[in-house]
Amino acid sequence: MDHHAVTPLPPTEPAPPQGNARSRHLRRLMVRAFAAARRGHLGSALSMTEILQRLYDDFLRHRPGEPLWPDRDRCILSKGHGCLGLYAILADKGYFPLADLDGFSRFDSPLGGHPERHRIPGVEASTGALGHGLGIGLGMALAARLQKRASRVVVILGDGEINEGSVWEAALAAGKHRLDNLLAIVDYNRFQSYGAVTSVLPLEPLVDKWRAFGFATREVDGHDLNAIGDALEAFPFAGGKPSLILAHTIKGKGVPFLENDPAWHHQSRVADAVIDRMVALLADPPQAGG
Amino acid sequence: MRKTCLDAITRLADRDPRVVFIGSDLGSGTMEAFRQRHPERFFMEGISEQAVIGMAAGLAMDGFIPYVNTIATFLSRRALEQVCIDLCLHRLPVRLIGNGGGLVYAPQGPTHLAFEDIALLSALPNMTVVAPCDADEMRRLIPETLAWPGPLYVRLAKGGDAIISRDDPPFAIGRAILLASGEEIAFLTCGIMAQRAMAARDLLAREGITASVIHLPTVKPLDRNAVIAAAGCHRLLITLEEHSLIGGLGAAVADILLASDLPRLPQVRRLALEDAFPDHYGSQEELLEYAGLHPEGIATRAMAALKPRRS
Repeated sequence: MDHHAVTPLPPTEPAPPQGNARSRHLRRLMVRAFAAARRGHLGSALSMTEILQRLYDDFLRHRPGEPLWPDRDRCILSKGHGCLGLYAILADKGYFPLADLDGFSRFDSPLGGHPERHRIPGVEASTGALGHGLGIGLGMALAARLQKRASRVVVILGDGEINEGSVWEAALAAGKHRLDNLLAIVDYNRFQSYGAVTSVLPLEPLVDKWRAFGFATREVDGHDLNAIGDALEAFPFAGGKPSLILAHTIKGKGVPFLENDPAWHHQSRVADAVIDRMVALLADPPQAGG
Repeated sequence: MRKTCLDAITRLADRDPRVVFIGSDLGSGTMEAFRQRHPERFFMEGISEQAVIGMAAGLAMDGFIPYVNTIATFLSRRALEQVCIDLCLHRLPVRLIGNGGGLVYAPQGPTHLAFEDIALLSALPNMTVVAPCDADEMRRLIPETLAWPGPLYVRLAKGGDAIISRDDPPFAIGRAILLASGEEIAFLTCGIMAQRAMAARDLLAREGITASVIHLPTVKPLDRNAVIAAAGCHRLLITLEEHSLIGGLGAAVADILLASDLPRLPQVRRLALEDAFPDHYGSQEELLEYAGLHPEGIATRAMAALKPRRS
């Protein structure tokens, strides 16, 4: 039995409102791109759906028609393998045509298995090698301060990703520089490639670690749109400190047979029938009386 | 050379608000003038090279030109993935100033000896690698770095190196400089091997052998035309570098020669450090001599290489 302490999920009674029709729409876009290549890190993308939805729908100041608008907020997907999620929201927002999703990781597609800044409008940093995003975000947050821009910088990290020491180097520096325009979000889906985070490299007490590094923190149910919205609304959580949201999520959320199954961290050569099941599970429920 | 370099960066910062300086726990008082004149653009970060390179990348993505300074091995070895992905893949104008290139830190041992930094960094697409030979050349280089596209690595020498560089033709990144002309041998150098080549040339002159010294401070992109021209008019090319035989100047010169259309290749010798961790301490000069990279060692090996053809 696993004996490592695990941060309890925030109180969830009554059951929180989970993703809505729009979340399902975004998940369908992820599956659409995944289906085109029959491969990808689908579970790692699905767990971020509501986080990305709230960020791009409500929080980030951004202009899909002007991706390099200087005063935009920056959002770095540091866990670059979750790019199916980023591609879904960027396509949905109009950064590039939805049809581009159908070329995912093909020879001449801009959308690879990890996102690249110079190929895809809206991608702020080329990531995929883990542990790079927070350092880059640190630099962007300092740049905004030096240039007296109000831009905020969001960095989405994976829980496996923060095994990397470079993350903690950057965290120390963010605390030192008192970057209250920097928000780190950890997608705490509790699984990394081999298996459970608790067995590969335990992270608890995780919130305490971030606090000790100088961050003001909040924990949310990462599939509860209201909770995520409330947390984002409260940013920055403290003056003179970087903020951290620890988002408790479920890997593969929304497609039950993927959920919490490390085999779905990355899959390739996925059969048509399996993809059909995903599509069916993500279909909108029939209208009442319809 | 290092002081010249850092002073030149301070002057760049005086005239260009995009210039920022990032050090990782450098010696007390380093860059004090920069810190006093531009405190908001001066960052002394921790011993955290990976985060420092990421931070430089983030600043560069939003319009700054960061100059990052720490020990050469920590930039090239410790932070190699950040240099590759954050800087080279994004093609960002970050300047890496590596203290103690080559054997400068001889007393400190292999952990601090940057004997393969040029190989590691030259292998990265979009990276530029420069190894000036003296403080004057450094003074000419730094202003050229301001507008240079993409990341650039400057390999610093020990300091106090004899001044032999020339500004004719004017210094340009990627351009060779002819330091001396001769007929039989062409020494191709980077960094402080230029001084050793000049001294070896004097020794050879006593034996009636004349040598050119063609200095290639930019190892990547290497001045291809200068290499081809040297190969066309000398019997023997000798590359000299304070670096591993693998992946440095000699390898780059050999690559150019092999891909050239020259009807006949000259004899080539690559004098460098063998593929091994240095197993002595002492001084840079002692390690160079141990490796046969001192003027006498170079001249002796040059004569030995010439002999079969002369007899």
